[in-house]
Order: sequence, then C-alpha cells, then structure tokens
Amino acid sequence: MHVPDGFIDAPVSVTAGVIAAAGIAVSLRGARRELDDLTAPLAGLTAAFVFAAQMLNFPVVGGTSGHLLGGALAAILVGPFTGVLVVSVVLIAQALIFADGGLTALGVNITIMAIVTALVGYGVFKLLVKVLPRRRSSVTAAAFSAALLSVPASAAAFVAFYAVGGTTDVPLSTVIPAMLGVHVLIGLGEALITALAVSSVLAVRPDLVYGARGLARPLRLATEPQKTEEVATS
Amino acid sequence: MSLKRLLVLGLLVAAVLAGIVSYYASSSPDGLEKVAGDKGFNAKEEEHPLGGSPLADYGVKGVEHERASVGLAGIVGVGVVLVAGTGLFWGLRTRSRPDRQDTRKTHA
Repeated sequence: MHVPDGFIDAPVSVTAGVIAAAGIAVSLRGARRELDDLTAPLAGLTAAFVFAAQMLNFPVVGGTSGHLLGGALAAILVGPFTGVLVVSVVLIAQALIFADGGLTALGVNITIMAIVTALVGYGVFKLLVKVLPRRRSSVTAAAFSAALLSVPASAAAFVAFYAVGGTTDVPLSTVIPAMLGVHVLIGLGEALITALAVSSVLAVRPDLVYGARGLARPLRLATEPQKTEEVATS
Repeated sequence: MSLKRLLVLGLLVAAVLAGIVSYYASSSPDGLEKVAGDKGFNAKEEEHPLGGSPLADYGVKGVEHERASVGLAGIVGVGVVLVAGTGLFWGLRTRSRPDRQDTRKTHA
C-alpha cells in the first residue's frame, strides 16, 4: 500500500502531512497512558515485528501481492495511540532507509497505513469484544475481524486522497472497485497474521495484550480457576 | 513466560522473518502498485529521491548474493526499528505502577 511520490498532488500531500503530524502529536500524548515499564519494550518489539512482516509479501490473486499493514495488530497488542506510533516508526524507516513509500507521500502513508488502520482496527476490535462472549477465542475472532476490515478502510482512505488530489484523471468509478476488491483479499492475510500474533501473546501473557486487559480476570475465573500462575499478574 | 523471554523470542521471530523468510516473499506488485499500473493512475509516479541509497528496495548495495542482500537489509531494518521504537516508547512511558511489575520472573 506504500504510496510513491507523484500519485497525489502537492497541496493534498501537504494537507495529509498536517493530518499525519496532528495524528502523531495526539498519539504521543495518548501513548503515555498506554506505556509502562512492561509495555514499552513490547511496543518496540511490535514495531520490529511489523517491519519484518511487511517484507513478506504474500500472493493474493492475478499477479498481485499484499503484506501486513500492522495497525490493527499494534493497536490491539499495545494500545491504539501507541499503535499509530508503532506503524509510523516503521513507515518513516522504510521511506528514509529503504526508499519504500515516497517522501512527499509520507503524510499520506502515515495517515492511511498508521492512523486509519489503528483507529478502524481498534474500534472494530473493541466493539466486537463487547458483544461477543467473554472468552479468549472471542478476542482472537475480534482481532481477525478488526484486521480484515482495517485493510479496505486503508484503501478507502487512499481513494479519498486520490479523489481530491489525484494527479491523473482515472475516474473514481474505476479506482474504487479495483482498490477495495483487492484489499479485501489482502485483508484476509492481514487478519490471519494478526489473529495468529494476538493469540500467541494471549496464550503466554494475556495480561500484556492491551485490548484484552479488562477481560483477563473474568475470563480466568470462568475457565481456568486452577492456574495459580495467572494470579501473579493481577 | 517472563517478559524478557517473550521479548527475546519475539525478536528472534522478527529476525528470522526479515533475515531469512523475506527472500521467499512474493515479488509481484502489491495491491496498490498493481491497480495503479492496470488502471493508469501511476502515470505521474516519480522516482524515489533516495532510490540510490545503500539499502534502497530492501537490498544491500554491493552485495551480489541475492539471499544475503535482502536478508542483511531485513536484519538492519529490524534492528533500526527496534532501537528507534523502543527508545521512543521507553521515553514516553509513565512510571510503572506496582501492580504492573513483571511478577513472573521467577516462574520462567
């Protein structure tokens, strides 16, 4: 999804830069409440994992590939504000060191791949966790769905920037279905990786999964009253 | 599992993915690239201004061996992002509350 330079015109790229900067500023403030001695190193690790996973393009259909965006995953694991920062760190490193994602497009890329994915992903996740039964499998299912939806949401955000500042006149009626269609498929890969990563951490340290924090205690009492080790974290 | 163990394990996974598995990643264009090329909204695409940098496009300039080149670039990337991210998040963290200490160290 990394937008190169030249897809979106200068005024809209600058606007996106302002949106991205504001989103990062708000996240820097919000992340303070999410991060402590335990979660700060986990957030650093999450950034490294997202970078690694983004190198792994998986084939989807007809000579097209996709890779993890990671916003939903990061938001669920370490919190939505920190999640925005996790993906932003990755995107900035990719643009500056690996020439992946344009420089004038950095604001667009941070907005669509860090802010939109973390917000949509975390919103969907919280909503589902609220309505689903209080079980560990529900957290995994919610993570799967949140990640699945975060990718087409990111594609839609790109289309929105294209609609106001695209440098070509390819009509939206062409761009919208093509972008959304392929990104729903890529979303399935995103969902699988996210569900796998979240359930892995959930299995060994449920207390460290930000999005499952409120659930840890009732979940434990209901299903695993014997595990005395779990009590140590509460 | 102790936090330390979880972090070491996680880092190992990231390093293997970026350093080894990345070689086997699909080289097809990603969703945006493909759609942009097919539909033509990439007509005004510009070269990346840092396209000549030593790690551009996830390869180490001068390393001919493809597997080593992408793997090294991946490891460097994981290292840079880990250090930058951990530094940022460590700086932002609030002081740990007593109930959030890593109490499982002894159980590891």
